[in-house]
Amino acid sequence: MSNDGIFSAPRFPVDKALLLARLREHLPAHSLLVDKEDVRPYECDGMMAYRQMPLIVALPESEAQAQAVVRVCSALKVPMIPRGAATGLSGGALPHADGVVVSLARLKKIVRIDPLARTAVVQPGVRNLAVSEAAAPYGLYYAPDPSSQIACSIGGNVAENSGGVHCLKYGLTVHNVLRIRGLTAAGEIVEFGNAALDAAGYDLLALNIGSEGMLALVTEVTVRLTPKPELAQVIVASFAEVSKAGDAVAGIIAAGIIPAGLEMMDRKAIHAVEPYAKAGYDLEAEAILLCESDGTPEEVGEEVARMRAVLERCGASMIRVSQSEAERLKFWAGRKAAFPAVGRITPDYLCMDGTIPRKSLAHMLLAIAEMEQRYGLRCANVFHAGDGNLHPLIMFDANLPGQLERATAFGGEILELSVELGGTITGEHGVGVEKLTQMCAQFTPDELEIFHAVKRAFDPDGLLNPGKVIPTIARCREYRLTHSVDSAVGMSADQTLVKV
Amino acid sequence: MNGPFDPCLARWSERIRSATTERKPLRLRGGGSKDFYGQALSGELFDTREYAGLAAYEPTELVVTARCGTPLAELEAALAEKGQSLAFEPPHFGPAATVGGCLAAGLAGPRRARVGAVRDFVLGVKLIDGQGRLLNFGGQVMKNVAGYDVSRLLAGSLGTLGLVVEVSFKVLPVALAEQTLRFDLPGENSQSLALARLNEWGGQPLPISASAWVDDTLHVRLAGASAAVCAAAQKLGGQRVAADQASAFWISLREHSHGFFAVRAAALWRLSVPATTPALPLPGAQFVEWGGAQRWLHASSPAEHQAIRQAAAQAGGHATLFRADPETKAAVGVFQPLAAPLARIHRELKAAFDPHGVFNPGRMYAEF
Repeated sequence: MSNDGIFSAPRFPVDKALLLARLREHLPAHSLLVDKEDVRPYECDGMMAYRQMPLIVALPESEAQAQAVVRVCSALKVPMIPRGAATGLSGGALPHADGVVVSLARLKKIVRIDPLARTAVVQPGVRNLAVSEAAAPYGLYYAPDPSSQIACSIGGNVAENSGGVHCLKYGLTVHNVLRIRGLTAAGEIVEFGNAALDAAGYDLLALNIGSEGMLALVTEVTVRLTPKPELAQVIVASFAEVSKAGDAVAGIIAAGIIPAGLEMMDRKAIHAVEPYAKAGYDLEAEAILLCESDGTPEEVGEEVARMRAVLERCGASMIRVSQSEAERLKFWAGRKAAFPAVGRITPDYLCMDGTIPRKSLAHMLLAIAEMEQRYGLRCANVFHAGDGNLHPLIMFDANLPGQLERATAFGGEILELSVELGGTITGEHGVGVEKLTQMCAQFTPDELEIFHAVKRAFDPDGLLNPGKVIPTIARCREYRLTHSVDSAVGMSADQTLVKV
Repeated sequence: MNGPFDPCLARWSERIRSATTERKPLRLRGGGSKDFYGQALSGELFDTREYAGLAAYEPTELVVTARCGTPLAELEAALAEKGQSLAFEPPHFGPAATVGGCLAAGLAGPRRARVGAVRDFVLGVKLIDGQGRLLNFGGQVMKNVAGYDVSRLLAGSLGTLGLVVEVSFKVLPVALAEQTLRFDLPGENSQSLALARLNEWGGQPLPISASAWVDDTLHVRLAGASAAVCAAAQKLGGQRVAADQASAFWISLREHSHGFFAVRAAALWRLSVPATTPALPLPGAQFVEWGGAQRWLHASSPAEHQAIRQAAAQAGGHATLFRADPETKAAVGVFQPLAAPLARIHRELKAAFDPHGVFNPGRMYAEF
C-alpha cells in the first residue's frame, strides 16, 4: 500500500522493535510512547479532519536527547515528525504511519533573557505568550502575537512564520528571530543566524522560518524583544457596506499610517462573536474595522486623530475609541475569540488562510457570498485587513454526508481565487497536508522541482516530515488534468479525506 | 503561470541555456557600482540593465515591483513622489546602482537596526535559474508561507543562485518628522559611553531610526509622528542638527563618502556583532552604526585581518572584508568561513538553483 488514505505520504519499511530498542538506549521509558492509548493524543494537530496514528512518540528533554533520536531515525531511515504545541491548522504535525513524532513540548526552558541586548534565548517548546511574560519586567515583549499565543510554541511559530494581529507594523516571525539552533535530518547541530543582525553566506535563517519542519529540527531560538509601547488605543469603526470598510483600509494606508493593528470582521463574524465574547460590537454593521495605534501618548493622540478623520471620510457609521486598557482588551477579545465563537455555532468549520492584495477585498467577499449559495454552506469572514490575510470560516457538519467534501471544495475555490487575484494560498497557517493540492495551482512544475531540490539540500533522504508542504510533480499533473475538466467545483476529486 | 515570455527574458533564458551547455560562466552585473564587493569577479559579462522599469506600483498596497535593471535612484524617486520609501535605505555606491544589484548585494543603510534588512522587505522575486527556467517565488502580498521562502534567500546571495529579473518590495511611508541629535563625547571612553547609551535607549520605546558614533561624536536620528519626535528629542537632549546637514550626514554614511571611509588603508572591514559587544580592542579608528550592531574599521596587516575575524566570531557575529585589493581578498577570504554542515548546505543549494555553476562562480565563496 503506498497511500495510508489520508494523504500521499511515501511509506518507509521500518522495523519497529529495532527502532524502539535503539531509542531506548538514549531515552528513558517515560520519554517514549508506544502504546495505542498513549500515542492517540498525537494523532492530529489543530487540523482535526486529518488523523493518523504514529508508530512512536519521542519526547526528548534536552538537545542531546533530541540529537540521539534524530541520529537513530536517520540511521534506520525512519521518518521524523517535529511537533510543538500542535495548534497548527494545516496538518503540518500530522503523524506518519511509519514514523516517530518528535515532540518538543518538554524543551520548554527560557534559557536566557538579555534586557540590554533585547533578546531572549528560548527552547522551541516555550509558549509564545510565556516569552512576553518573562520579558515584561524589563518593559519588553515578543511582538508576533498569533491568536493562539496562549498555547502555541515558539518552535511552531518558526515552522509556520506566524504573524498575528500586529504584524503589519511589527513583522512576522521571520522579522523577529535572530537565530535558530537545530539539527539536520542527519543529526548534525547547525546554527542559522547568530546574535548579530546578519550572518555570513546565504540567508538560511529566512529559508528555515516557515519551512514547516521540513528542513531542520529546531532546538533553540533567539528572538528579538521589542520595547513595550507606553500606550495603545484601538478604534472600532462600523460600516454599512463592506466595500466602504475596504476603502477605509486603503485610505488609512494612503494617508501614510501604519497602524499597530488593522482588522476587519464581516456581519456573520460579528454576530457569531458578540453573544460569546460580549465585546460590544455594533450588531447593525455589515463590517467593522479595528484600528490600533501604539507609541508615546503624544504619538497615539496624533495617529488616532488622523485615522479617525480617514474613517469618517470613508463613511464610518459609528466610531468608538477605547478609553482604557480594559476597554481596549475587551474590543480585541472579540476578534481574538472569532474562531472559537464560530466553533460554537456550527458543529465543524474550516478556516482558510488566503492572502490577497487589499484592493481585491470587496471582490473576494462578493465571490465568497456567491460560493455560499452555490455550496449551500455559511461562511463568516475575519480579515487581517492591514496585510491582506483573509480567514474565511466555512461552517459545516461533518456528520452530514457530503458536507466535508463540499466545505473542502469551497475552501479550495477561495484559495484558487486568492492566487488568481495575485495572492497566495496561505498567509500564515502553512501548507501542511491541507493545501498540498492548491500548491499545484500556485506553482509550476519547475518551481516545485526547485522546492524539492531545496529540501534535498537539507535532508537528502527525505526523513523530516515527508510528504508535507510540497506536492509531488505527479500529484500536480493529476490535479491539472482534473482541474481543466472541472474547474468550477474545485479539486475535490484529487483529495482523499478521512471522515472523523 | 508566468505569462507570455518577455522577448528580453526569452533571449536571456536562451543565453543562460547556452552558457550552461558550453559550461561558460556568466558574471551578472547591473550598473557595476558594487563590483568591489565580494570575491574576485569571473565569467563573461552579462549586463542586466536592459530589463528595466517598474512593473507595478500601488501605494495603497505598500508594494512595488521593479525589474532588475531599474536604476535604484529611479525607483526611490517614484516612491518619494508618493511619500514612500525603501525603509532599509540601501547604499548605492554610485549613480549606476540598480534594483537587481541592491537585492543581490543585500546591503542596508542606517535605518537597518530599526526596520530591518533588504530580506525583510522582499515579498517576491521572478528569476531565471541555471537551466534557463523562468520561476516565480513569493508574490506581491505581505504574508505568504506557500512553499519555502526562496525570495528572501536570494537577498544577499550575490547573484550566485540565479538571475533575478524582477523583485517585489514592501515599502513604507516616509516618516512625518525627523530630527537628528548630536552628542559630543570626548575622552578615552567615548565609544564605550556611546555604546552604553545606545543600548539603554534601544530598550525604551523611542523612535530612534539611526545612530552613528565616530570621532568621539554620537549622532542619533529620530523619526516618526511629530509629537513623538519632539518628545524624544526633549528627553534625550544633545544638540539639534539642522535638517539639510543631517540629511547630508546620513547619506555620507550610507554611501561611504564620509571622511572615515576616505582613509587609504589596505582594507575596510565590516563587523556585524551583537549591539552590546564592548568596544573592540583592535588597532585603528572605528565607526559604529546600527545601535552598536555594525562596526567599520581599517586594517593593513595580515595579523590584523586575523584578529578582526576572530574578534567578530568571539563576539557572536562575523566580519566581512568589505573593500580590499584582490590579493588580500584571495588570501584572507571576503566572508567569514562557514561551519562544515552549513558549507555543505550552501553547496547543495547552489547546485539546486545552478547545477552547472554558471552564475557568478566564486563571488561569495571560492568553492562555488
